[in-house]
Amino acid sequence: MNPSADALRATFGGAIARAAESCGDTIVYVDRAALLAVMAWLRDTPGQQYDYLVDVTAVEYRDRERPLEVVYNLRSLARRTDLRVKVELDLRGDLAIDSVVPLWRGADWLEREVYDMFGVTFRGHPDLRRILMWETYAEGYPLRKDFPLRGRFSRAEQVRQALNANPEAHYSMEELSIAEAHDELPPDMRERLRRGERDKIPYSE
Amino acid sequence: MKRVLETKAVSGQSPNYLLAKAQDLIDWAVNSSRANSLWPMPFGTACCAIEFMATAASRYDFARFGMERQAFSPRQADVLICAGRLPFKLAPVIRRIYDQMPQPKWVISMGACASTGGIFDNYAMVQGIDTIVPVDVYVPGCPPRPEGLLYGILLLHKKIKGESLFDRAPRRDEQPLDERGLRLPPEQIDEISEPFGNSIHQFRSG
Repeated sequence: MNPSADALRATFGGAIARAAESCGDTIVYVDRAALLAVMAWLRDTPGQQYDYLVDVTAVEYRDRERPLEVVYNLRSLARRTDLRVKVELDLRGDLAIDSVVPLWRGADWLEREVYDMFGVTFRGHPDLRRILMWETYAEGYPLRKDFPLRGRFSRAEQVRQALNANPEAHYSMEELSIAEAHDELPPDMRERLRRGERDKIPYSE
Repeated sequence: MKRVLETKAVSGQSPNYLLAKAQDLIDWAVNSSRANSLWPMPFGTACCAIEFMATAASRYDFARFGMERQAFSPRQADVLICAGRLPFKLAPVIRRIYDQMPQPKWVISMGACASTGGIFDNYAMVQGIDTIVPVDVYVPGCPPRPEGLLYGILLLHKKIKGESLFDRAPRRDEQPLDERGLRLPPEQIDEISEPFGNSIHQFRSG
């Protein structure tokens, strides 16, 4: 068991629901409300120094009674240790959790992916949009257990929505390499970039 | 001219015989030029693109069949080769590339995924690019070997050489999307996208 688990218990007490060990990895279950404080403590406390957020992901189990888990894999580059932090979210409640982007800038796209695939909302995220599916994707969250493999709409409807999507709008201006040359773009392209696809798909019922 | 018309080969034929012969000659010249200088627009999205690169490289070398210049710009391309699976997110991209290509243009759908969706019978994948753009030649395989792609290209040559400039029905018109933004009627897209093979055992739920 990673000693960080006991240190967390000593510091945060009831906010640490339990700790477990699996295949040599330590897993700490943290209360949703305390997440940001726990993560900041893990990052900044001397002796912990988990300075690298390896991954953010989520797990939903087939058992509908089990909560959805948001998983944070942490690594301390200096101390060469790993720690896994999990937050359990009740599927019947609202799937909302604090964003850790203020602590690790790299959590930005990772949290967007969890939002896109599982529908978990990250409060305080600077730019919470879908990242894999396009922004007007309306069929739900593909990695949830109640999502049918082939999607919710008919194939014709899926093709129609895909063809009506605007491929230029998948990126924010900062992500576009042409952002600096924006003023020199032809006016129709500038207009398409400005419009984005956040409003409605044309011809939708 | 009069003597030619009175020869055995010509007399008794339809009055348009000479005209037809001339049309054949023009078709032959135009189609040979088109077929033997196809400039491909590679649209490689997955492992099929690796086989496509092998086909283009020196061992298989499709430059032997007049495809010397790979046009990485749709404006200077004749044949769009979709090599690999096409996610819905790329559907408007391939459609725009197709629309940007000048006529005459052809499409080769390379591999099982581009042709039918292949193993990806799921929420994210187009079930056959013929629901997006008209396809001339389907090359089966997962991925097809370079010989397979070359065979598909030769089939396309054959198809091009069978075309005529003088058809009543103009086959080389642009086929824009309809007012719904679809290429085919919705029922037809659903029918094309029907699961088959192993995936019939996976039922649509919800």
